[in-house]
Amino acid sequence: MSYIVEMFHITKDFPGIRANDDITLQIEERSIHALLGENGAGKSTLMSILFGLYQPDGGSIRVRGKEVKISDPNVATSLGIGMVHQHFKLVHNFTVTENIILGMEPHKGPVIDIRTAEQKVEEISRLYGLAVDPRAKIEDISVSMQQRVEILKMLYRDAEILIFDEPTAVLTPQEIHELMQIMRRLVEEGKTILLITHKLKEIKEVADVCTVLRRGKFVGTVPVADTDEEKMAEMMVGRQVSFHVEKMPAKPGDELLRIEQLNVKNLKGVLGVKNLSLTVRAGEVLGLCGIDGNGQTELVQAVTGLCKIESGKIYLKDKDITHLSIKERTDRGLGHIPEDRQKHGLVLDFTMGENFIIHNYYEKPFANFGILNKKAIFENAERLIQEFDVRSGQGAMTPARAMSGGNQQKAIVAREIDRSPDVFVVVQPTRGLDVGAIEYIHKRIIEERDKNKAIFLVSLELDEIMDVSDRIAVIYNGEIVGIVDAAATNENELGLMMSGALRKTRSTPHPAHEAVHA
Amino acid sequence: MTARKEKIVLPLIAVLLGFVLGSLIVKLTGRSPLSMYAAIIKGFSGIDILNGQPINTRYIGEFVIQAMPIILTGLSFAFASRTGLFSIGAEGQLMIGSISATAVALLLEAPKGIHLPLVLLAGILGGALWGAIPGLLKARYNVHEVVVTIMMNYIALHFNNFVILHLFGSADRVKTAPFPTTALLKSPFLESITRNSRLNWGFIPVILALLIFSFIINKTTFGYSLRAVGYNKEAARYAGMKVSRNIVASMAIAGAFAGLAGAVITVGTFNFGRVIQSAEGYGFDGIAVALVGGNEATGILLAGMLFGGLKAAQPLMQSQGIPREIAGIIQASIVLFVAMKYGIKMVIDKFERKQAPSTEGDRV
Ligand SMILES: Nc1ncnc2c1ncn2[C@@H]1O[C@H](COP(=O)(O)OP(=O)(O)OP(=O)(O)O)[C@@H](O)[C@H]1O
Ligand SMILES: [Mg+2]
Repeated sequence: MSYIVEMFHITKDFPGIRANDDITLQIEERSIHALLGENGAGKSTLMSILFGLYQPDGGSIRVRGKEVKISDPNVATSLGIGMVHQHFKLVHNFTVTENIILGMEPHKGPVIDIRTAEQKVEEISRLYGLAVDPRAKIEDISVSMQQRVEILKMLYRDAEILIFDEPTAVLTPQEIHELMQIMRRLVEEGKTILLITHKLKEIKEVADVCTVLRRGKFVGTVPVADTDEEKMAEMMVGRQVSFHVEKMPAKPGDELLRIEQLNVKNLKGVLGVKNLSLTVRAGEVLGLCGIDGNGQTELVQAVTGLCKIESGKIYLKDKDITHLSIKERTDRGLGHIPEDRQKHGLVLDFTMGENFIIHNYYEKPFANFGILNKKAIFENAERLIQEFDVRSGQGAMTPARAMSGGNQQKAIVAREIDRSPDVFVVVQPTRGLDVGAIEYIHKRIIEERDKNKAIFLVSLELDEIMDVSDRIAVIYNGEIVGIVDAAATNENELGLMMSGALRKTRSTPHPAHEAVHA
Repeated sequence: MTARKEKIVLPLIAVLLGFVLGSLIVKLTGRSPLSMYAAIIKGFSGIDILNGQPINTRYIGEFVIQAMPIILTGLSFAFASRTGLFSIGAEGQLMIGSISATAVALLLEAPKGIHLPLVLLAGILGGALWGAIPGLLKARYNVHEVVVTIMMNYIALHFNNFVILHLFGSADRVKTAPFPTTALLKSPFLESITRNSRLNWGFIPVILALLIFSFIINKTTFGYSLRAVGYNKEAARYAGMKVSRNIVASMAIAGAFAGLAGAVITVGTFNFGRVIQSAEGYGFDGIAVALVGGNEATGILLAGMLFGGLKAAQPLMQSQGIPREIAGIIQASIVLFVAMKYGIKMVIDKFERKQAPSTEGDRV
């Protein structure tokens, strides 16, 4: 068996941190090689080096047995290396084909030959079962389709070594399943895949070999067949990890959040949330599950004040907050971990210290008579970094942009949990986190519950919903199709409800309600 | 390179390349780059290296005079920029500042200690008001600030001329009656130490403006929220910041800096209100200054002095037989090279790697 890619003794320094420390990695041809490691372990850095985005400070790389110097991504492309980044790099008002040929447009005389390109895209798409429409505009297609466009972009450039950086973090379980099939198909056709993921299940399902990194160092490479999820978790974290949340039964109290007959339009201008009613009580976690795009985003944005509603009422601790501003809701005790960490959660050009005070920068101790108190801001950041184990090169002074994806997420979660809001809307809190971090964040969420806060958890991860929630509401097509007891349900029942095949009636609005609030 | 080092090194390289390009062009037109540099050095320091004459302080005074307004318009552009706005409006805000200062200078009678500050304040308020309008339109109706500010520059120009000609009555159809001395920044003392240059107390408000800019942006909660809006409007909204209010405030403050520039010119460099034929370029110079200065107070001060000096050197270059436009070309190419900073950075990074193939690459 031959190695198609070999990286020897790779070292890479960033300000204040050695992201890769003497890492050696050998990839067999036609295999799926998983890369596993805690947040900030250096996975993305290592792959960015292979793709020519960063230059290593030490070490060497061989591709197909030949020593190479990958000075930029063009060199990587000519070596047959392609990469799908965690945050896609597509032009939104271009079509699929236009995006794919960007930078290497085929010409017919002086004009771009889009016809031929479309045909080629269509062909590749069919060969690997990608089912992408070459003429669709990027802004009109789903996230998972966009990801496939990124895959097509690599294949169009004849890439043979495909790097995927956390491709499943943005996908629904069904889409993940399809992606796994696509990956297998790619390997059948002779491609080699490097896969970064935090989901051990996926590694077990699809990968042949798994290399584990910890704090920039190489821990080991194991054949996936010889290991299991527990062992892999232990290898990467250095201790045993519990995959299940330890918690006492909930003791629900007063209704802290009440949503009545809510109607919200989505971006397309049609109702994304229809006549929806829900309540969350103090001391309980209400999980909301559903297939992506069934109204979760609109519901959350309506509750938190990020978008306008059509009609309905929202009560926070019995006060009507329907028409209050985001700030007023926050001041009345609403907290929110946003779905999109780079859009809403962080100011990437701020330091961590600055990001941590985004809600209360004008309050004591962070400010005095309108003047920022740098020392208090710094100390606050150091405390949160410590408590939540947020890893970065320069602590409080690290620009958010220079942090690994998972650590950006941890920083947001730390900031929001630390405020300990009475009603806490938690969306995808563990997206991109490693198993150790997930365990910790889940524990902290349950602690908040036990402090008698109302937690509204929205997640696409069924495991997370079933583990953390006390009650589970299922959303389908903008409506709640049922609310079930988390202890008394299973994946099957939820799956049926999520696809609209099963309804548990209790949640449909009763006429009595309407009469009262009409 | 580290981010810090980058901020200092890249503009310096851009400046260097700008001068290299300027010299090349002078050479191409068959003249001596040396005499160009002699003119520039004289413009900055008054030292005549060709004839070996000692410092002539008059030139220093004139160079500072040139630098003052463009530092202020630079601050204006930079302030809006920090909130993510691209304001082309400094030119018009400056004119409104100028006409406001003119009004208070002519209409008010008071001792200098009161009159002069009020004149400057009028300039500031006039500019702020003019700046707030595009801010409001942007915040309320999402009208793009670039379009509005450009249009408002024309309105300001004609408004200025209308007021000068018809309200304050101009005898010669170009300027108003002279201001009372209580309204002026002029200083016989400063003039005497700079051999009768036009140097005046205007540099004091300029220095204050620089300090205030830096203080607001870096030290205050207001500056924090402006930067948050500038970097990521959505995140600022999520955090409950009043994005619209910040946009209006930012545009108004940007206008205030430009308005102050108008006042400083009107009661410093001149001592009368005047009809303006067409835009005088303070606004665009300000954009250049802010871009080269990296939107930070220290950078703006340095870039403003550089471009001010180049302006001051123009007549000197002409007397050496070098087209005065060369100074403009140098300024423009410096801005271009600053805009090309990523390219420059790539070249440097490549170079550094070749120099040091050790393991210490990016360490600080
Ligand atoms: N451009 C950069 N500038 C400075 N530091 C960086 C940069 N990119 C990464 N780092 C640092 O290097 C370390 C490794 O980051 P990397 O992104 O490789 O982690 P990762 O293993 O991909 O983590 P995650 O699972 O969270 O995505 C982190 O501590 C990060 O702060
Ligand atoms: Mg990563």
